[in-house]
Formats: sequence, C-alpha cells, structure tokens
Amino acid sequence: MPVLADTVNTNAESFVDNRDAMLAQLAAHDVELAKAVGGGGPAYVERHRTRGKMLARERIEAMLDPASPFLELSPLAAWGSSFPVGAGMVTGIGVIEGTECLIIANDPTVRGGASNPYTMKKNLRAMEIARQNKLPLVNLVESGGADLPTQSEIFIPGGQGFHDITELSAMGVPTVAVVFGNSTAGGAYTPGMSDYIVMIKERSKVFLGGPPLVKMATGEESDDESLGGAEMHARVSGLADYFASDELDGIRLGRQVVRRLNHRKRGPGPRGSARPPRLDPEHLLGIPSADPKVPFDPRQVIARIVDDSDFDEFKPLYGTSLVTGFAELHGYPIGVLANHRGVLFSEEAEKAAQFIQLANQVDTPLVFLQNTTGYMVGKDFERRGIIKDGAKMINAVTNSRVPHLTINMAASYGAGNYGMCGRAFGPRFLFTWPNAKTAVMGPQQLAGVMSIVARQSAASMGKPFDEEADESMRRMVEEQIERESLAMFMSGKLYDDGIIDPRDTRTVLGMCLSAIDNEAPAGTRGYGVYRM
Amino acid sequence: MTSTHRPPIDRLLIANRGEIARRIIRTCRRLGIGTVAVYSDADEDAPYVREADVAVRLPGTAPADTYLRVELLIAAAERTGAQAIHPGYGFLSERPDAAEEVARAGLTWIGPPASAIAAMGSKIGAKRLMRAAGVPVLPDNTVESLDEIGLPALVKASAGGGGRGMRVVRSSGELDDAIAAAEREAVSAFGDGTVFVERYVEGGRHVEIQVFADTHGTTVSLYERDCTLQRRHQKIVEETPSPAVDDELRRRMGDAAVAAARAVGYVGAGTVEFLLDRDGNFFFLEMNTRLQVEHPVTEMITGLDLVELQLRVAEGEPLPVAAVDARRDGHAIEVRLCAEDPAHGYRPSSGTFHVVEFPAIEGVRVDSGIDSGTVVSPYYDSMVAKVIAHGPTRRVAARRIVQALTEATIVGPVTNREQLIHLASVLEAIDDVVDTSYLDRTPMAEQAPPAASVVAAAAVAVIERQVASRSVLVDVPAGWRNLPSQAVELRLGEHVVRYRFDRWGAIDEIEVDGEQVDAREARDLARLRPPLVLGEQVHLLGGRVVLDVVPRFALPDEAGRAGSLVAPMPGSVLRILVQPGDQVVPGQPMLAMEAMKMEHQVVAPQAGVVAEILVQVGQQLDTGQLLVRVDTEVDTAADPEADPEADS
Repeated sequence: MPVLADTVNTNAESFVDNRDAMLAQLAAHDVELAKAVGGGGPAYVERHRTRGKMLARERIEAMLDPASPFLELSPLAAWGSSFPVGAGMVTGIGVIEGTECLIIANDPTVRGGASNPYTMKKNLRAMEIARQNKLPLVNLVESGGADLPTQSEIFIPGGQGFHDITELSAMGVPTVAVVFGNSTAGGAYTPGMSDYIVMIKERSKVFLGGPPLVKMATGEESDDESLGGAEMHARVSGLADYFASDELDGIRLGRQVVRRLNHRKRGPGPRGSARPPRLDPEHLLGIPSADPKVPFDPRQVIARIVDDSDFDEFKPLYGTSLVTGFAELHGYPIGVLANHRGVLFSEEAEKAAQFIQLANQVDTPLVFLQNTTGYMVGKDFERRGIIKDGAKMINAVTNSRVPHLTINMAASYGAGNYGMCGRAFGPRFLFTWPNAKTAVMGPQQLAGVMSIVARQSAASMGKPFDEEADESMRRMVEEQIERESLAMFMSGKLYDDGIIDPRDTRTVLGMCLSAIDNEAPAGTRGYGVYRM
Repeated sequence: MTSTHRPPIDRLLIANRGEIARRIIRTCRRLGIGTVAVYSDADEDAPYVREADVAVRLPGTAPADTYLRVELLIAAAERTGAQAIHPGYGFLSERPDAAEEVARAGLTWIGPPASAIAAMGSKIGAKRLMRAAGVPVLPDNTVESLDEIGLPALVKASAGGGGRGMRVVRSSGELDDAIAAAEREAVSAFGDGTVFVERYVEGGRHVEIQVFADTHGTTVSLYERDCTLQRRHQKIVEETPSPAVDDELRRRMGDAAVAAARAVGYVGAGTVEFLLDRDGNFFFLEMNTRLQVEHPVTEMITGLDLVELQLRVAEGEPLPVAAVDARRDGHAIEVRLCAEDPAHGYRPSSGTFHVVEFPAIEGVRVDSGIDSGTVVSPYYDSMVAKVIAHGPTRRVAARRIVQALTEATIVGPVTNREQLIHLASVLEAIDDVVDTSYLDRTPMAEQAPPAASVVAAAAVAVIERQVASRSVLVDVPAGWRNLPSQAVELRLGEHVVRYRFDRWGAIDEIEVDGEQVDAREARDLARLRPPLVLGEQVHLLGGRVVLDVVPRFALPDEAGRAGSLVAPMPGSVLRILVQPGDQVVPGQPMLAMEAMKMEHQVVAPQAGVVAEILVQVGQQLDTGQLLVRVDTEVDTAADPEADPEADS
C-alpha cells in the first residue's frame, strides 16, 4: 500500500521556525475571532442577557445534537471594514437530530441584528451552501431588518434572500425559522418564506410595520403583541406553526421539526469507517514555510489529512510541480491536486486537465491544495503555448461537475488561483490557512511592474523619472498589496468560507464531504473545446 | 426418637426461592445430590431456577398460591423423583402440618419432627415447656394483669415473629390499648390473635444458640450468634461470637439451648433465641425450628456446612465429630442486603438488577439470590443477598464487610447497602454496640455528596454515550468547533457540569459545580470503575450513587399555558364535573360544553387540584375563554408508610 513516507524533521530549525510563525498567526486570528464572538460588545451582550435572552451562539449550541461538530462559516466577515467583525450574524453547518443543517443566526447584540452589506453577503453565501449541498436551512431569527444607512447597497441584491429561501423549499430542501425577537419589515419575510415557523410567547414580533410605522401610515394605534406577537400569529394569522413558551422551548420545537423532516442523504456515503492518518496532523503547523518563497512538499500535508496516510499518486514523474492522486478522506473517495514548487508549467497544466477529467469520469470529488505563484512566464514558455495549456486546465476545472473543495495552504497568485479552483470557479467550500496570501501577483512583483511601466512611460514622453517618488510609490503599493492579500482581508470580503487551523483541515474537509454527500457526486462527460 | 437409617437422598426438592434455594443447591452439588427447584411465575427467570437440575412451575405469584401449597410441592417431588423436601426458612418451614403431610407422603422433611415444630409454635406453650425443663424464661402472664411482670412490659403475639404484633407498655394505662393493637396485628399477620405479656428488658441483647440434634440422641450447641443490631425488631446484622458472651456464659447458654431442644425431641438444625440483659442474665424467647437466615456466620467460624449436616441427619447418620466437638475460629459477621429504601420508611423496591457483582475478597462469602439481570418482584421478602465476612478479629471481619459492599457493583432498585456499610463501619469502629433499638435511635448520617471527580467521571460516561450514538459525521472529532465560544453544559442531578472538547474530540476541560476537575483523572476514573449509563440515569461507584441525566429541554404543559383550560371553540357550558379543591388526574373530564349540536368534554391536561372554576352552566363561551384553573404545584403523591414482612 502506497503509504506516504514521513520526511518531516520536527527538530529542524526550519520546522520550529515555521511552527512558531504559524502559531503567531493563529494567535492573531484568535484575537479577531474573539471579536466576532464578542458580538456588539460587553454592554450590548449584558443588556441582551438581562432581558433573559440567549446569545446567537448559545442558541445554536442548544440547537445542536450533543457531541456533534459545528463548522462555523465566514466568522471574519466584514473584517477590515467599518462594520463589526462577523457582520452580526453566525452561520455554519451543524447536526440537529442527526440531520446536517445549515444554520443561520442573527446576532441581536450587533445593532439589533440588522443587516449590513456584509451580513447580506454572508447570509447569501450560507444559503448558497445550503442550496448546493441540499442542507435543510434553519434560521434563528432576531433582526430589525436592514441597516437603513446602507440600504442602497443591500436593498436590491438583498431580495435574493427572500428568493433563495423559497427556492430551497421548491428544490425539496426544507426551511425552518425560529423567531426569537424582532423580525420586522424585510426581516419578517425570513420566517415568512420558511416552510416551518416557530414563534416564542411574548418574544417573537413579526410584522411588516411596527406600531410607529402603522401610526404614520394609517393613523391606527397598535402595540407589538396585537400587531405581530407570537400568540396572535399562532392563534389568529396562522403565520406561526408552533407556539413556544420560551427560547429553549422554541429551540426544542425547532429540533422537533427537523426530526420529522425525513431527511435522507442521497449520496453513496463513506466507505466503511475511516482510519486516521498515520502521520501526526500536529506537524501541519510546521510544514507550511514561514517564508512564502520557500516551497514545501504537499505530500507531507496530504499524508496528514487523508485516511491512513494512503495516497495513490497519479503521474508522479511528469509535471512534478503539481502533485495529483487519489485517496479517501473520512471514507469518501477524493482526487487531490496540490501545488508543489509553486509554478505551473505546461506539463502541470496538462496533467491537471487530464486528472480532472479522470475524476469526472468516475464521479470523484476533487480537493485543490493551493500553493501557487501562477503559470510560468517567459519567452520559451509562451512559445511552447503556456496560455493554451493553462486554458486547458481552466477549461477542465470550470466545466468539471464533481464537487470541488479548495484549501489555500500558502499562496494563490495570478491565474494559478483560477486553475486551482479559486473562488470564482465555484468550489463548494474554500478555506484558507492563516499564513496564506491571495492576489493577482506578489507585492514586489506588482510594485516592480508598476515601476517599470512608469519608467517606460516617462521615457517615451521624454520626461525625467523621479526615482525618489518611484521608491516611495513602490513601498506604498507593496504595503497595500501585502495587506490586501492577507488571509483575514480575503476572509473579511467573503472570498473564502473561513480561515482554519491547518490541524483542522481533515476535519473541515470531512464535514464538507459529508455535506456534499447529500447528493451523489456526478461528473461531467463533456467539456468545452480544448485548445490543442 | 428413632435411629433407623432412612434411604439416602439422591434428589432433593427445595420448597423455597432466592438466596436460600441457591445456597442449598450449592451444597447438593458438592454432595452429588440432584436438585428440584420450584418457582412461581414471578420467579421464572430467577438464578436459582437456572441452577437447579429440574424446575417445577407453581402457577401464580402470591405465596398462598405457590410456595405455601404443600400439596403442589409434594406432587412436584413425586413427579420429579425427589425423596426429600427442604423448606428453607420462612414459607412452610415452621408449619407442623406441612412437615406431617410430607412425611405422610413418604417423603423426608429436612427439619425437625412436626411435634417439635408444634411445641415451639406457640410462644405461650413453649415458655411453659421451657420453664418446666429448667430453661430460664421471663416472667409473663396472659393478658389480665401486670402483677408478676412489672413495667415496662411487652405485649407479644403468641404466634408472632419479625416484630409484628409487639407493643411496649410503659404505664399500666397503656396496657389495654396495646393489647388490642397487638391482637389486631396478630390476627392480620398470623391468623391467630392470641397475645401475652412479658417483662420488657430495656437495652437487652438478642443472642441465640445454634443447636443441632441427630436421630441418635446427640444434641449439641454450635455456639451463639448475636443479632442485637436490629431495625424495627428485624434482624439486619448478625455476628459470632457475641461481644457480650464469655466462655462461661457461652457454656451456660449452650446447655440451656440443648436442654430446650431435648425437651421437645428436637432433630436437625434449630435455634434457641435468648434475651441477654446487662447483668448477664438470659431468658428464653423462642425456638426457630429450621435453618436460620444467619446460619452462615456459624458456618464461617466452625467450618461446618449446616445444610450438609441437615441432610446427613435426615438420612439417619449420626452427627460427625467435627460437629459434636465443633471448633470456634475467629469472628464472622453477616449483613442482609435488602431491596428496600431505608430513607423512605424501608419501602420495598422492585425491578431489574442490571448489574450485580461482588468483589472476590478473602474471607468474604456472598449468598445472593440475584445476578446481573435478575428482576426482583414485589411479592416476596425484600432480602436479596447476604454478605458474610470472616476474619481473625471482629474488626477485620467488619472491615471486610465494608470493603465488599463498597466495592460491589449493584445497579438496580434501591437497597439498604449504604445503611449496611454504615453499620459495618460502626462495628469496625467500636468494640461493642448497642442494644436492639440502636438503629431506631440513631439516624444514619446523610450520604456525603459524591466528589467532583466522581461526578465528572459520570459526565464522561454520559458524554461517551452521546458520542457513540452519533449517526452522522461519526469520523469527525466529537464536539469539534472551529470557533469555540462556550463550554457545553450537562446537568446530572443537582450538579452542573461544564466541559469542552479539544480539537481531537477528547474532553480536555471539565468543571463540576464551578470546580475545575482534572479531565484525565475523570477519564481514568470513568475507565477504572465505569459509571453505568442506563436510560436517563448514571450509576456511579458500583451503583452507590445514582444521578439523573437532566434532559436538555423540559416538555412544557400541553396547552402552553400552565394549569389553565380554555374553551376550544364557541359554545355553551352543559355541565361542570369538578369542584374547587378536587384532585384531578390527566384525562379526567372536568366540564362538558355544547357546540354545533355536539357535546365536547374538556379534560384535565395534567394532575393537580382545581383552583378556580370561571364559568357557570349555561354560560356562552368564546374560543380561548378561560374555563378552569388547575393548580399543578400541589404534590399529590402520598408517601405510603411501608412495613415489609421479613423472615428472621
């Protein structure tokens, strides 16, 4: 059995340095995650608690089965923006009554759970995951609706939220809403579009317009309870299907609903019980190089994430900058594409295109482990048709129909990002290690290119070139690009589904593969025309 | 007395159940004697039934329908080819008519002649006989006066036993009431209301002598057993030798017991019970004409097998030298494990003993009627096992009892184990106890709450069950979070456990009632002495502590409005079926209403007391109108004072 050999020397100086650097990055990441957990800050959390209410994550924890995992998605949404980290919403995949669900919870300690542009993106991304993976949707609602100052950015695209809930329903993916508090105006449609609605006595308030708006619109005097209280909706309007006595009771009823969804996973399921990797996943902290210029062997990563460290490598002697092969993870068959020495040459591109076709032929999901600086440039390579070959790879990855999972292990630059199934290529899930960088090219290269272009432009116009200004421009650009290529920046923009600890890679991929398994993977049998 | 040899017994019917049936089977096995068990419907799956060579069903459950039916037992013996019937203790063992009928059927009765049983059966008659034989007896009287007796006095049922039909009288004014009460109790318990009055010895000890007689004229004393530690006049701990008996007293008491046995022509195993006062005076109480529950302590110090001796004597053999000149070696203590709850008036418990495991400890013998999986029914005696320990000293024997009970795993209905551990600890700590009412005067200290590490181990067991019962994502580490935000809470009884999983699914932080517990220690503890999770309960420390797994979600009352009932539709009130203050049970009709020509009953959603009726007959009702308010906070469960019958 081709079990991968351990070539990692944990005593080597480079390993220790890499590990220290990774731990520092994880610590910095933890600081940001703590902000997301902190919601609207201690004062708002305290006020929420004094009202006898549970926090968003407490609601989710109570919703989940004991000892079951929860994969939180996009926890750093809105990082680097003017909005609070986490975007006032918690989303993730968790197990309720033995059913994997996509759970969305408003965080009412953040501006009353109101939606800003990042909340909207995070919400839509969560629903996309529910749709692609046929995960029942559970909404734990408490939101004052749109963050009105940003309405221009969310009003039009935000309509998709309503659209997607009922679309899910029509696809046979049930949708459940438990309403914990305000669910006003647009927010009223989140429960309103759902298949099942649980409301909580004296807590849920669901109306298109609250008493002040009604007063303004029609002059009618009203109060919250008579206008949109749980009791009214349960007994009179019929909007509420279940009437809960308190929050925990609402959660109990939500779980009860899921228990009866008769949810069946339609995928083939894992092949028996999985053996853990033979090699120690803790080493994943020291394998990725602290210096992005130093490549590392992805087989040492694969050996720590796949079952039994058992990896059947495909074309090991050809196009060696890209490692391809088959393995199982938590018992699910996968094909792996992993960058080795960063650069993609013609051979690597062709190998990738062939491998992707093979995986589609046998309906095997693909895992992309990114560490690429892009396709090779230069006269010789252009003459040998690097563009044609890169196009083949991008054609293959684009038109592949097996589920894709992408992990950015270190770098994802240039068209390599596309060829290795970056965000635009629709992987089912995309996660990033905290050290990883993503950009069109490296900061020095980018600044250097800009400098050369400026110098040529000055020369063509016969103007003197300001070396000092060029130097400061290069420094500024480098700093900006470096900042904007960091994992947290990408995560803040929702360009990934979250930053993960490298040690959790197997667990995260396993959960993703299980979510995918709600349907049998089906590869394509046809592709776009290959440019030969 | 005859000395003829009877045919040897090669198959024995045991007219009893539980631990004594098993104990008799054990000896028979050793002697190569076949065994026939009898069983009621409730005992069909009892261990003794499995262990016997043949088993015969006695249809029904009540003793009167089963174990007390002499004719069925004789028929069973005849059908299975048994030559003899061993009555054990209790049931038929002291019924002269049973002994007689068995003999008449040509079978051997393992016990004394019917005449001896009859002679000792009446306490009044027996005392008269004993007085004539020179055995010391307490001054007594029939019920007319207290002149010869003095105060305090004890009213006793002549046919009694086990503390029933007994009343202590401390002033002459109480006498009439005490007699009346004792008579009533005696009639109901024994079918014989005859009572008598004797002097009541305050602080007396209960010391009995095991005697053995063969058919060749040999009657010996196998020394005393001290049964002073009692609860409600029922034996619970027995020991030998008695801390209150020296060699000289032992000889005198032994002689008196032998004289008592001879006076009634006794054969086989018997026990003469004495009351021993603080001055070393002893008085005949009664003679038990059978094998005693507590016979094992005598076996432990003498090395004899009393059941074997019974069988040999029944076959007409003389008592062996080892019995005639029995040795006395060390100290032995027996405790009786009963399926009953000392904290609730010794209320008998019943149900399945899921796990019963006693540790192997030198000098400890366990005579148990139950194994793992045995169901204990409510129909018979509550005693389920006896733990007997032998040691060079009283202290060692007592310590071994404590050790055996502490280390045993007994998971099932509540037992008196904690009380026995406490008592054995008392015996270990002090050189003498006590008098027969020690236990009734000395309430047991409440059991200390389990240590945090023990509760944590229970939590680990519950969590491991949760982990094992996952149906999806089973290869994902338990409780994995990429963004851990809080500890998980688990409530076990009164305890609040908070814990976290590490990224590999191991519990790495655990806190019990706010106290940090070493997670490794809790895991090790859970492995070494596994808590047993059964249904929604965790049994800890071999079943000594039971914690309820509190459900995560409480089920609210049906209507979502505690205790109130509303009209389900518009209509009018036809009838009101309850009054304020009435107790109601779930489903009980409380009110009838008419709507759309149909009559609808409004029923109580849960048990409670009707607090308020808010409508009148004929009144028109709107949907949702409040009709009746039921107070559910009132505890309607009574606590029945149980007084289980036990054999002594």
